[in-house]
Amino acid sequence: MDLRTPYSRVHHLGSAKSGLGHWWWQRVTAVILVPLLIWFILSLVCLAGADYVTTVAWFKRPLVSAAWVVLLGALFYHAQLGLQVVIEDYVHTELLKIAALLAVKFFTFLLGAAAIIAVLRVAIGA
Amino acid sequence: MDNDKRPLSPHIQVYRWQLTMLLSIMHRASGIALVAGLFILVYWLNALASGPESFAQAQSIFGSFLGMLVMFGFTAALYFHLCNGIRHLIWDAGHGIGKQQAFNSGRTVLIATGVLTLTSWLVGLIFF
Repeated sequence: MDLRTPYSRVHHLGSAKSGLGHWWWQRVTAVILVPLLIWFILSLVCLAGADYVTTVAWFKRPLVSAAWVVLLGALFYHAQLGLQVVIEDYVHTELLKIAALLAVKFFTFLLGAAAIIAVLRVAIGA
Repeated sequence: MDNDKRPLSPHIQVYRWQLTMLLSIMHRASGIALVAGLFILVYWLNALASGPESFAQAQSIFGSFLGMLVMFGFTAALYFHLCNGIRHLIWDAGHGIGKQQAFNSGRTVLIATGVLTLTSWLVGLIFF
């Protein structure tokens, strides 16, 4: 079903944005995060006060490090999508909005990469 | 745009506070707070990756009274965002949208957040 008006259709005009994609991926990451975060919290509770050797040994288990990478990917993507909505709701100056959105995208990517690289260093390192 | 003088429809200051609007605001607030938690998570992971000394330092920070207080707050924020997020997903699936249902699920989210946060900390402190 096409919700656009006949006028916009002949002019090939959509909303020119990607709201549906944003909405959908926010939900996809949310659904992925439900089981992963329950696992994450349970693991951290069990690891509370654990020493270095125990913690590293846990991270080195193949499924654990794999789950961490998926968790971090979904987490930082979800954070970026969420922050984007907040900025779009409150920042009404176009230039400032674009700058803020770019900054959020860059820094969530950067932090996400830093987190995943740290997990891989623990998982693969000596 | 130059339309600041136009009359506005009634905004939040004229509404009586009620649970559903409070939870809606708390969902966004907890989401933003959890972004700050991501910085802590990145710090912790990198401390672990950098070796025993830096990890011991991180653990002593998180094990201090202030550290535990902050982590308790993040635990509550995470459980709230998780539970209320599930509530939103159920709404997205087209269920529980009725007025009474929305209030009931809201109360459930608050109770679940409290119970899960306290249980997690009690279990963590007693058994580990």
